[in-house]
Amino acid sequence: MASNARGLRVANLVRRFGDRAVLDGLDLDIAPGEFVALLGRSGSGKSTLLRAIAGLDYDVTGTGELDVPDRVSVAFQDSRLLPWLRVLDNVVLGVGGSDAREHGRQALAEVGLEGRERAWPSELSGGEQQRVALARCLVRDPEVLLADEPFGSLDALTRIRMHGLLRELCARHRPAVLLVTHDVDEAVELADRVVVLEDGRIRLDVAVTLPAPRSHRDPGFQSYRDQLLLALGITEGATP
Amino acid sequence: MTRTLEPPPRATSPPVTTRTRKRRLGLGKPIPFGRVLGPLLLIGLWSAASATGLLDPRILSAPWTVVEAGVRLTEDGTLPDSIATSLSRAAIGFLVGASVGTSLAVAAGLSRIGEALIDGSVQVKRAIPTLGLIPLLILWLGIGEAFKIVVIALGVAVTLYIQTYSSLTGIDSRYVELAEVVGLNRRQFVRKVVFPGALPGFFVGLRLGVTGSWLALVVLEQINATSGIGYLMFQAQNYGQTEVILVGLVVYGLFGFVSDALLRVLERRVLSWRRTLAG
Ligand SMILES: Nc1ncnc2c1ncn2[C@@H]1O[C@H](COP(=O)(O)OP(=O)(O)O)[C@@H](O)[C@H]1O
Ligand SMILES: [Mg+2]
Repeated sequence: MASNARGLRVANLVRRFGDRAVLDGLDLDIAPGEFVALLGRSGSGKSTLLRAIAGLDYDVTGTGELDVPDRVSVAFQDSRLLPWLRVLDNVVLGVGGSDAREHGRQALAEVGLEGRERAWPSELSGGEQQRVALARCLVRDPEVLLADEPFGSLDALTRIRMHGLLRELCARHRPAVLLVTHDVDEAVELADRVVVLEDGRIRLDVAVTLPAPRSHRDPGFQSYRDQLLLALGITEGATP
Repeated sequence: MTRTLEPPPRATSPPVTTRTRKRRLGLGKPIPFGRVLGPLLLIGLWSAASATGLLDPRILSAPWTVVEAGVRLTEDGTLPDSIATSLSRAAIGFLVGASVGTSLAVAAGLSRIGEALIDGSVQVKRAIPTLGLIPLLILWLGIGEAFKIVVIALGVAVTLYIQTYSSLTGIDSRYVELAEVVGLNRRQFVRKVVFPGALPGFFVGLRLGVTGSWLALVVLEQINATSGIGYLMFQAQNYGQTEVILVGLVVYGLFGFVSDALLRVLERRVLSWRRTLAG
């Protein structure tokens, strides 16, 4: 692991489309190895924040401080594999060095896709494609992993498997993680900290201190969930 | 369950469940050699009409007369010579046109300067049908081989340019974003993202270009030529030999069919990552 891994620091970030400020003086710090889940209503600016951190914001004006390490990986909601590259070539896309392919193979093995190196993306299931995308993130040995609803398009069963895989990979590689999700359970299950974005700022910042195998039935889990649902403005809160 | 109603499998039969496969929304399995069925049926009708005297040979010769004419013209060397002449015109015109069109498209698609210099001009040219340029080109080039090749090449070049340019510039912005995230440099981006992404459009251009080159060839050889398939047909028209005209048409048809089939095979190999409904 990189010895001097850096976290991520966002200070007083402003991003506006036209004259509407989507992010309005937002502050967020993520320590090295910390897993942060970002919740917020649709249109609250979650993707805008992620894109700003990833350096992908072009047609947007704004100010603020961004302290982001060099090695940043991004997982999109779609797996975004290039259909004309085989799986391994997708994983090592843009990675230099003579041992890139060997690292790519290792990363594929880590996500459970050993032996599928020469498959075309179209031959894989949605979950497998998303795992390839994870391998593509891993092989860059990221200090920061940004993920924008990476499981949003997967079915419930596949999503549960991916949760396990993501937790395991993050525990092993220890990047600072910012996971955008609209799923409160997903956030409480995976994250060390859950933040809620509202009106352009972080309105709620909760450390989740539940022990490792987190169960949805645990009363502690439920109280986190209720607190977050309330912050998201969903008042019927209590689950049957 | 319906399965219990089936007779028990005999000991010799392999243990395979034969269930009728569900119909998919795609076109289903292609019929073997399906593409030649339609033409065969037409030839059958044509033969029947000729044999029964329903079809006047002065309007349309019988199929066997056409075959005889083909054999005769092949034996006296007329047909092979004409084919060689026509083929080389079309091939050279196509290759020159395809190279020029593709190069221009790459230049225009990958640089703003290229785009400014090239794209406008080609779009203007596009509005003028190539065949409409024939009078001007005859004044410049005479009516020799160079003229014919230039006319064919011009049409092919415009077609290839348009298809290739639009697919080079129309790449999915999500892939551009990905390329930035994984830190591709400009060269890698072009090689791994832009070019492969533009290949399908390029192949559409190639196939349209081939069709266009045959079209131009037919027109050119019938206006003013002293050799080639079109010339052969033109002569036959003067002597009322419909069977020779038909031989010429069959040859043109075969040219078109074979060249398109070759391109399809090539396309399928190069774009093997694509899985389409046509299979
Ligand atoms: N390129 C753009 N141009 C104009 N408005 C945009 C653009 N991208 C996002 N927005 C607006 O910014 C707001 C936040 O968008 P986004 O960050 O995508 O929200 P979400 O939290 O759902 O990811 C939305 O209201 C959206 O309409
Ligand atoms: Mg979003």
